[in-house]
Amino acid sequence: MLLSVKSLEKSYAGAEGSVPVLRGIDMDVATGETLALTGESGSGKSTLLHLIGGLDTADAGTIFLDGHDIAQMDDAGRAAVRRASVGIIFQQFNLIPSLDVTANIAFQARLAGVYDRQEATALATSLGLADHLHKYPEQLSGGQQQRVAIARALAAKPRLILADEPTGNLDEETAAEVMAQMLSLVSQTGSALVMVTHSPRLAGQMGRQLHLRQGQLA
Amino acid sequence: MAVKSFLFALALSLTAPVVALAQGFAGMGSEAQGFATPSLGTPLSFPADHGPHPDYRIEWWYVTANMTGPDGTAYGLQWTLFRSALAPFATQGWDSPQIWLGNAAVTTPEAHYTSERLARGGTGQAGVIAAPFEAWIDEWHMRGDTVDTLQLRAAGTQFSYDVTLEAQGPLILHGQDGYSVKSQQGQASYYYSQPSYALSGTLTLPQGEVAVTGSAWLDREWSSQPLASDQTGWDWFSISFDGGEKLMGFRLRQADDSYYTSGTWITAEGDTTALPDGSFDATVLEVSDVGGRDVPTRWQVRVPDYDVDITVEALNPQAWMDMSIPYWEGPVQISGNRTGVGYLEMTGYD
Amino acid sequence: MTAATLAALWSHWRRNPLQLFTLIAGLALATALWSGVQAVNSEARASYDTAAATLGEGQYDQLLPTAGDTIPEGTFIALRRAGWIVGPVVEGQIAGVRLVGIDPLTAPGGLGPVGNGGMDLPQFLAEQPVFANAATAAKLQTLIDAPIVIAPATAPDTAITDIFVAQRLLNGQGQLSRLIVSPDQPLGQPPLAQIAPDLTRRAAQGGSDVGRLTDSFHLNLTAFGLLSFAVGIFIVHGAIGLAFEQRRTMIRTLRALGMPLRRLVMLMASELMVFALIGGLIGVCLGYLVAASLLPDVAATLKGLYGAQVSGTLQLRPSWWLSGMGISVLGTGIAATGALLSVARMPLLASAQPRAWATARGNARRIQVMVSLGLLLIAGLLAVFGEGLIMGFGLLACLLIGAALALPLVLDVTLRMAQRFAKGVTAQWFWADTRQQLPGLSLALMALLLAMAANVGVSTMVSSFRLTFTGFLDQRLASELYVSTENAAQATALEEFVAPRTSEILPRLYVETELAGLPAEIYSARIGRTYRENWQFLAEAPQVWDRVAAGEAVLVNEQLARRAGLWVGDDLALATDVVLPIAGVFGDYGNPMGQAMVSEDLFNALHPTAQSTQFGLRTDDPQGLRDALIRDFGLSDQSITDQAQIKAFSLSVFERTFTVTAALNILTLSVAGFAIFMSLLTLAAMRVPQLAPAWALGLTRRRLGQLELIRAVVLAVLTALLALPLGLALAWVLLAVVNVEAFGWRLPMYVFPRDYAVLGLFALVAAVLAAAWPARRLAHTPPADLLKVFANGR
Repeated sequence: MLLSVKSLEKSYAGAEGSVPVLRGIDMDVATGETLALTGESGSGKSTLLHLIGGLDTADAGTIFLDGHDIAQMDDAGRAAVRRASVGIIFQQFNLIPSLDVTANIAFQARLAGVYDRQEATALATSLGLADHLHKYPEQLSGGQQQRVAIARALAAKPRLILADEPTGNLDEETAAEVMAQMLSLVSQTGSALVMVTHSPRLAGQMGRQLHLRQGQLA
Repeated sequence: MAVKSFLFALALSLTAPVVALAQGFAGMGSEAQGFATPSLGTPLSFPADHGPHPDYRIEWWYVTANMTGPDGTAYGLQWTLFRSALAPFATQGWDSPQIWLGNAAVTTPEAHYTSERLARGGTGQAGVIAAPFEAWIDEWHMRGDTVDTLQLRAAGTQFSYDVTLEAQGPLILHGQDGYSVKSQQGQASYYYSQPSYALSGTLTLPQGEVAVTGSAWLDREWSSQPLASDQTGWDWFSISFDGGEKLMGFRLRQADDSYYTSGTWITAEGDTTALPDGSFDATVLEVSDVGGRDVPTRWQVRVPDYDVDITVEALNPQAWMDMSIPYWEGPVQISGNRTGVGYLEMTGYD
Repeated sequence: MTAATLAALWSHWRRNPLQLFTLIAGLALATALWSGVQAVNSEARASYDTAAATLGEGQYDQLLPTAGDTIPEGTFIALRRAGWIVGPVVEGQIAGVRLVGIDPLTAPGGLGPVGNGGMDLPQFLAEQPVFANAATAAKLQTLIDAPIVIAPATAPDTAITDIFVAQRLLNGQGQLSRLIVSPDQPLGQPPLAQIAPDLTRRAAQGGSDVGRLTDSFHLNLTAFGLLSFAVGIFIVHGAIGLAFEQRRTMIRTLRALGMPLRRLVMLMASELMVFALIGGLIGVCLGYLVAASLLPDVAATLKGLYGAQVSGTLQLRPSWWLSGMGISVLGTGIAATGALLSVARMPLLASAQPRAWATARGNARRIQVMVSLGLLLIAGLLAVFGEGLIMGFGLLACLLIGAALALPLVLDVTLRMAQRFAKGVTAQWFWADTRQQLPGLSLALMALLLAMAANVGVSTMVSSFRLTFTGFLDQRLASELYVSTENAAQATALEEFVAPRTSEILPRLYVETELAGLPAEIYSARIGRTYRENWQFLAEAPQVWDRVAAGEAVLVNEQLARRAGLWVGDDLALATDVVLPIAGVFGDYGNPMGQAMVSEDLFNALHPTAQSTQFGLRTDDPQGLRDALIRDFGLSDQSITDQAQIKAFSLSVFERTFTVTAALNILTLSVAGFAIFMSLLTLAAMRVPQLAPAWALGLTRRRLGQLELIRAVVLAVLTALLALPLGLALAWVLLAVVNVEAFGWRLPMYVFPRDYAVLGLFALVAAVLAAAWPARRLAHTPPADLLKVFANGR
């Protein structure tokens, strides 16, 4: 099993004490699998994604990714997992504004030490970015920026791709286009994909769906 | 006591390191342009020769003394006035080419106190007058109507002394009537001594005043080029045996590790015999660490012709004279087939 | 991984070169001012040290003649023969060069070029050279008959030679000027009075004589160097803060993509250190230029004020490089610590939310206000209870930093009130918007505040000094003519000659001695109309002149009074058996020495051998008397000075003292102007979203640009108004605390409103200049850019 989550718990400090966000999550994701996490705002789906991606630490439970429990790792260990095993695609595109498209796509791959210029260029081409390689993020449309973010995540050849409302900031037509390209590329690379979305239509394109309600899987 | 000549050139180049060793101590072995040189057969004349000889490059009035305090503690003292000439004449005023250097020391078994003074001739700050005799630099002096009775004073920041010397015998002329050869090449100096002063007086030490009695030895020597260019240093002994005999002997170390030795055997009555090269033998028995230098402080001295086979041991091995020209000078104790006291001077070990 | 991250970090600067420029320029300017001032200081110090080492003045006690200025050689020999280890010195002037003759055999350890590796003793004695630096050698070349050897380390305008040569060149055979006392003296030495009753022993000055005096001047310079550095660091802090703020999203992304936090912080810190080193390097070079251009003035100032000789050319010393780079790195560290800490503490997920940053800022602001109040409180306590020069400067530091930190709060409150009373919607928006700009501008405004305050403070001090000193000169230089004679015989003849031709003859006669355990001078006063009418006291007893004239009392100058803790009514011992009450304390500006003044009769009784060779002459016909002295008495023209000349000279000396200070002031103000410019420029880019709504609601871009300019002026005026009281407080500290501690006299403080108005105008001009370009850019923002604000939100 690529990803195995057991009894995961997380709460945040709120104005009136601790507010539980995740209350005992158990889930597994196999290699190559695509999974949609759905739920209402505040249901904890983004938090779950962050924990799986090693962006945040859990209060209890385990998250085995590739056989390592990232819930127990320190910052440096989780950072190593992030750059080597996980690709994250955010709702806000989170490109580095001062780097051009090529450098942005290359960035995580270079951090992980797996950068291959030809592959990256091919990836960019397949995402329709060939004419924009030397532009800076601010010169790109939203859809183009998100394609760059996808290319960046894929260029690092992660075993697991996490996407948090990846098309949430795009208009419907562009969103559909980007989604299709992302799914096609993910299936080509054989990575697993976990995507948070509130759109039932997008969730329907995934292999499996999990629904969160008040911090628990329904 | 020609050893001391090397001090002179060094005095003249206070800043020069002892790179000059290769050609004798700091130029002592270099040419003596314009200066007079000692010649055999020139009789010494007194009291005139007690005074300075400005046409010779170097000269000294050198007193060493072995003393004991009321509790039997042994002490040594040194009073030295060197004259060094930049040119073979004397004038009045600041442009005099005569430079004077005073060294004084008191040695106890535990401590060694030293002081140094420098002066230019021609101003009255230092000088020597033959009769009535006076040698002085600053407030230090050695004076008396004649050299038979002398008052000797010196002071440093931590010590002073004021002693009286009474001659018990005649002046001693070394070598051939005072012409003392210092190398096989023939370098020589004029050299005479008064080896048999009775001493009494007071030492002032950090612990307080000490009344002392003992014996003292005056060395007078002048020359213009006393060392050969390949001589690197010297070990000089003045010894007073308990039986009244005295021995002066020195060993000049040469660059090829050979020695040139000389000496004078003095009977209790003051009769002298010059010891030719090779008849005075000194061998190092023990070396001490003196401020990072290896200095021989225990010797075996043999003069087979006079049945002398003795051990000479420093009263205080740390009697280093850390002056403009550094050297070792201190009292020694004699044991072996004869007993007595004496002074040892060693140069070229720094 | 590191390479990729560095490339990403660096790409920020490549895309924002202005920020990088601000950062480096701020560091470079700060370092330049600091190291420039340090360079001037260390160069001057090195000069004194050379002089002191050469002449043995600072380290050793000296024996000086009680009367006259020569010591017979016989006295030297007598001292040596009595066990006094002293070294003779012969001194004199040849064409303005101080020729010093020493005896290397008796001079205490390593004086001058002899024995310091320059030349060995026999060579020195045989060749009899004169040592001098190149400039001095050139002056002497044709004047003296002796070989000159260039010794660069020799003090300026000084030549060293053997005592024999010096006596020959100065025609002083058999005469010595002074004797240097070795620190090592033998046992059994008799007292000095027994051997040489005509000599006075003067204690070593603990460092050189001039060094101690000029320290206060250097302290002044150092304070300004630090102030300038502080202004620079404000800029750097601003630039770093902005850069970090703008890179927050990048930092989050880097971490999300797998960059460990610790490595990231380390890389950012090393990046800044590289900038610090680059800025420092440029700064040291700039500082060198500043120093090189200031040094002639400094040299002139010190020479005029204290008679110290400072070499007019600068030597680049390794220590400046080190201290310049060090201060740059240190300053960057101080400026960046907060930013780096906040990056280190920033949670990975919360970082992109601007709110978190705003809350952190709110806390920082509270802390800032607390620190400010604390510092101002300490300043108040120091002003009341503090003592000593260091305390004086501590007080200055607390006052300035405390006030600077309080500035944003004061401005905020002021703007809020303006907003409340504003009429019209544009005005209200203007004030509200200005308030919103405050955080971004506050560092630059603090820099302006400090620069302004320093300017006000120093110009107040300088002008007060000038005013007081001019008045003092008028009272002190009452005689119409001042005459020098060559010897005592000529002096006696002169007195006889001028007696029927003048209304009063005032001999200038004094001895150097010790009073109340301090080095001081005793002056002789021929009390008559001139003293009684012209002399003013800081404090006096009744019938002061009658009592002094009768030999029943003594006058002291302020320096002696303050140093010895004496005042009117206290007793002062002039000799072991002569103890008199102090009847008056007089101001004695510019004199480093303590001084006591007694009647001529008493002075003659105390020092029967001292004789005056200089006289002040009162006359109604200065020109006639001058002609008579030259024509009939045979004095040379040079030996007569008229009052106007002396006054002009004395004033010019004090003018020069502050030229350097003025130059530093202008530099500091420029740096502050630069800070405002850079802040406005960086803010301008972020302003577009804020201005777009105002534009959309009907304000033209031109109007917006005007308002931007007005905003800069308003803020500058407010800051200038706050700088005024701060500057006056600074002046008070300088005059009443630092000056007393450093120089020994206190100056009355005068206020110069016109000067302050001019300064305010300068600050205004600086602000307008700084704001002009950013405002113009704003006025020409393409409407498309403004529209874009509405087109895509965030």
